[in-house]
Amino acid sequence: MNGELLFQLLLNGVIVGTLYGVVAMCFVLIYKSTQVVNFAQGEFLLIGAWVCFSLLTDFQLPFVLGFLFTLVFMMAFGVLLQVVVLRPMIGEPIISVIMVTIGLSIFLRALVNWVFGQSARSFPKIFEAESVTIAGLNVEPAYLMSFAISIIIMIGFYYFFRYSRHGLAMRATAFDQQAAQSLGISVKRVFAMAWAISAMVSALAGVVMGMVNGVSSALSFVGIKVFPAVILGGLDSIIGAIVGGLIIGVLENGAEFVDGQYLHWGNMLTIAPFWVLIAILVIKPYGLFGTKKIERV
Amino acid sequence: MATLSLRPCGDFRTSYRADTKIFDTPTSRWAMVGFLCALYGLVILPQAFPPLASLPVLRLFADGYALSLGIQVCYYAIAALGLNILVGFTGQISLGHAAFFGVGAFSSAWLNTRVGLPVLVCIPLAGLMSAAAGLLFGAPAARIKGLYLAIATLAAQFIIEDLFVRMDWFTGGSSGAMADTPMLGSFAFDNDARYFLLSLSFTIVLFVMAANLMRSRDGRAFVALRDHYLSAEVMGIALTRYRVMSFGIAAFYAGIGGALYGHYLMFVSAEAFTILLSIQFLGMIIIGGLGSVMGAMLGTIFMVALPEVMGAVIAALQTTQWGNRPAVINGLPFFREMAIGAAIILFLIFEPDGLAHRWRLIKTYWKLYPFSH
Repeated sequence: MNGELLFQLLLNGVIVGTLYGVVAMCFVLIYKSTQVVNFAQGEFLLIGAWVCFSLLTDFQLPFVLGFLFTLVFMMAFGVLLQVVVLRPMIGEPIISVIMVTIGLSIFLRALVNWVFGQSARSFPKIFEAESVTIAGLNVEPAYLMSFAISIIIMIGFYYFFRYSRHGLAMRATAFDQQAAQSLGISVKRVFAMAWAISAMVSALAGVVMGMVNGVSSALSFVGIKVFPAVILGGLDSIIGAIVGGLIIGVLENGAEFVDGQYLHWGNMLTIAPFWVLIAILVIKPYGLFGTKKIERV
Repeated sequence: MATLSLRPCGDFRTSYRADTKIFDTPTSRWAMVGFLCALYGLVILPQAFPPLASLPVLRLFADGYALSLGIQVCYYAIAALGLNILVGFTGQISLGHAAFFGVGAFSSAWLNTRVGLPVLVCIPLAGLMSAAAGLLFGAPAARIKGLYLAIATLAAQFIIEDLFVRMDWFTGGSSGAMADTPMLGSFAFDNDARYFLLSLSFTIVLFVMAANLMRSRDGRAFVALRDHYLSAEVMGIALTRYRVMSFGIAAFYAGIGGALYGHYLMFVSAEAFTILLSIQFLGMIIIGGLGSVMGAMLGTIFMVALPEVMGAVIAALQTTQWGNRPAVINGLPFFREMAIGAAIILFLIFEPDGLAHRWRLIKTYWKLYPFSH
């Protein structure tokens, strides 16, 4: 039993889990307000990270400026996607909507791989690289920062939905589109906004992950990793997304520990969440916090 | 003029039998039979008489490359048809079809090399093994549907992909498995033309089976399930049974397609059965037309031809000033992938009923010419 390793892995799990939570929140945001399942969520991370990376390295912008430009770019990108690709799909069966986002994800990933190359690049260092020691565990500052940013985003989301006008409009739309429209909320604008916010926050998560692990097409895999988190938490629950993200993050690192210490199967880190996913779907398909749709015959 | 098979005023079906016919008119049936006979003939001729192979049209049917594309169309079309039974007819969605394709390929290789059965027996058996895997992973379909099912099958895709690498005894692990050439007695299907004939035969049998399935009680139950599952249940259709059954059938088709793929390449490796292939299968049926047997074939032809066309376009571009840049030349693999994604998106937005629908429109046009209404 290697206690220190276990705690280190669990700590990593919590930190990565909060990031999963953030991406899962973006996913839930789109699903809740527009009923679209975005299989291209991972590509949003990828594009955000690459755009920020190239602004910082090729154009030599200072970090804050480059980062702001990235957010503006992603906002425009999200709105554009929504208007050009997703708006024609309103009212189409769910298979078509799923397939459109899947097609989008292939297209975007290939485009990004073509423009920026497939090899991983490491982000320019923004914070000092010395690791910090917390309770006897080494933590990289980039990890700490990512943790802090995730928490800030989560609190931001909370206040946005609770108190801001747009947040309330979004919640109203998510609850009942027709009622919201008859109360004077522009559902079209809300849809565009959901995509814009989701793209922006995903890009933020992408930049943070890029700083920790380097920028590469592997980032887009996070978009698939998010499904176990989202399903576990419940598809239409923002809090569920955070909790689900945390659980999956801790779980995959726990699986890594069990695997590395006892089982020696290899690859448990990536595959364990999917086993959990199947189990949840069979036992409790609506997740921990999801709305249960009751159907009576 | 009733015996003339063109029907200028539309279709008037007066019996249930007439309504469920595969081919509306004798002409279309004989046209299809004639087309298939011609296909067999054109492939066999240059093989039987080698000098004929240099003739302009026959060269295409003697050419290894064109035939290998034809073989690809055959095994992918079989798998795509299975997926269409699941997605297009039953209305369930699967993002893990490539995994079952892989199960078929590995099963057949395993049955052949380890158990020692002849290949032509292995291929249907591999279909059955794949169907068993499909029933197992389709079990969640008994409880969930729509989006949740899509995600469950996504998980199945990754789990099975992982198992391929892990189950050394079955798949050869990361080094892959060998698969033999099919033999019929002492006749080996060892060149592209012979293998094409074999896979074409499998394709025809399986397509006829699927067309007949859709005319049967079970096929109608699938469609009822898709159109309105509550009404279907009220009418006494066992939802769970048919949901899981369509998974089994889809996996069976995928398994046979996979087995044909494995014995064609003579080597099966886990890397071939990624999520991208699953998405390509979905792309095939969406481009071809959901819920159409013909569509599965048309979509597969489109999807197999797409990279070739992209390659030709790039090659043509390279002769110009603009296309000769390294970014364009090196971008070919990415363009191909982008084309797949773009084709799926564009078809869904502009032609959601797929190529089969376009084909129907063309037929109607000919039928009604010169009156368009």
